[in-house]
This record gives sequence, structure tokens and C-alpha cells, in this order.
Amino acid sequence: MISFSKDFANKTMHIVREFKAPHEKVWSAWTESSLLDQWWGPKPWHAETKTMDFKNGGHWLYAMLSPEGQAHWSICTYQAIDPPNSFKHTCVFSDENGKPLANFAAMHWLVEMSGNKGVTTVNITITFDDITGLEQIVKMGFEKGFTMGLNQLDELLG
Amino acid sequence: MRRDIYQAIADPTRRAILTLLTVGALTPNAIALHFGSSRQAVSKHIQILAECGAVDQTHSGREIYYQLNVEKMKEIDHWMEAFRKLWETRFDQLDNLLGNI
Repeated sequence: MISFSKDFANKTMHIVREFKAPHEKVWSAWTESSLLDQWWGPKPWHAETKTMDFKNGGHWLYAMLSPEGQAHWSICTYQAIDPPNSFKHTCVFSDENGKPLANFAAMHWLVEMSGNKGVTTVNITITFDDITGLEQIVKMGFEKGFTMGLNQLDELLG
Repeated sequence: MRRDIYQAIADPTRRAILTLLTVGALTPNAIALHFGSSRQAVSKHIQILAECGAVDQTHSGREIYYQLNVEKMKEIDHWMEAFRKLWETRFDQLDNLLGNI
């Protein structure tokens, strides 16, 4: 089950999801590039890390690759890392060298997790500087097909 | 300037106007009465809302009434639904991975 809520007034979104896996494993999946690359890109896209330095002030530079090999780069900067409980990162669309693209708003992420008897709950809070930032991100994902195949789009709009 | 539904909700006063209109159509004067700002300032917001397609106007005698364009507002839900699906896909993939490491 995924819980998803939006709060336009506070320019935030909350996502909560439970995983039937130990806390440490879930932490690794979020903080090690070799694991992130295996799940971060929603099919048919996949994520490919160019560089990752998981420490306060360190960066994660990765591409979202389409089946045709088209790349959309993002760079994230880590802060407030508190293993294995929480970290923050701020992400922006960038070029392949990590230079942020103009006219795109930053997304500020807070990822928190807690484990209990082999079940780990992940709490994600995403904050945008401006509500239009939320629109950009969603629109980008939508237009570039990160989010769903065309059939699913038909279903959604039908 | 770009006008779309997200610009309509980007401003707190416009969000308040939209909330007000959920209960029914109102004239610009009636809308202005709910806010501490001038009729002129409120008119500007209403104009933007109309350009964004968030509200429609109807004429009744000499009065203009504004009402919420519900279909247009649903666009936001469509975007959000797309985003939710992205996360579902992602998390299903993470479930699979966690079972294998």
C-alpha cells in the first residue's frame, strides 16, 4: 500500500510506504548507487548513476534513460545524513556534468525510515520552492513517459 | 505569459477564491467582500483565473457571475495521479530488489 497526499498550500507532498524487508536493507537500497540504479527508474526507464558521494554536501549525479537511450540528468546534494534513519537531498534537473538546467525548480526531499519486526516504513516529504515546481516535475515525468505507458494514460484519462 | 491551471493555484489569494467558488457562483463584488484587498486587486486575480480556465463567467442581467470550472481543476488530479503511478512502479521495483539482496 502506498499513501500519497498533497498539500498545495505548503507546496509539499507526502508519500508513505511499507516494505517487508529489514531496515538496513531498505537504507542500503536508498543510499548505494549500485542498488538505486536497479529500482529508481520506473520501467521502461532506468536510472544510471554517473557519480555518487553519499555524505553531507556530497552529490548524486544520475541519468534517467529511456529505452531508446535518451538521457535526462539530475543532480542531488545530500544533507543531514543520519544513518539508518533519515537523510535529505535537494535535486534539480541538470546536464551530464551536473550543471543545473535553468528554469527548473529544485525539489527538496526528506527521506525517513523506521523498522519494526522486519517491516520498514519509509516516509518521504517532498517540498518545492514554488507550486509551479511541482507542476514542472510532474509534467516532465508525464511528457517524457517516466510515469506510465500510453495504455495506462488512456485508462487514466478515459 | 503562460496561463495554465498551475498558475491559477500558485497564489494564495487565488486558491482562496477557488475555495470560495466551490460553494457556488459569485459576482466579483461578492468575492472582493471576502478579502481585505481592493476590488481592483481581486479583479486582477479573477482575470488570471479566467485566463487559466479555472473559472467561467456567466451573465445574469447586469451582473457577471464567476463559477469554478471543475473539469479544468481535474487536470491537477490527472498530473498527481501520474506522479502516484510513478511511485507505485518504483516501489514495486524496490520490493523485488529487496527480496533479492
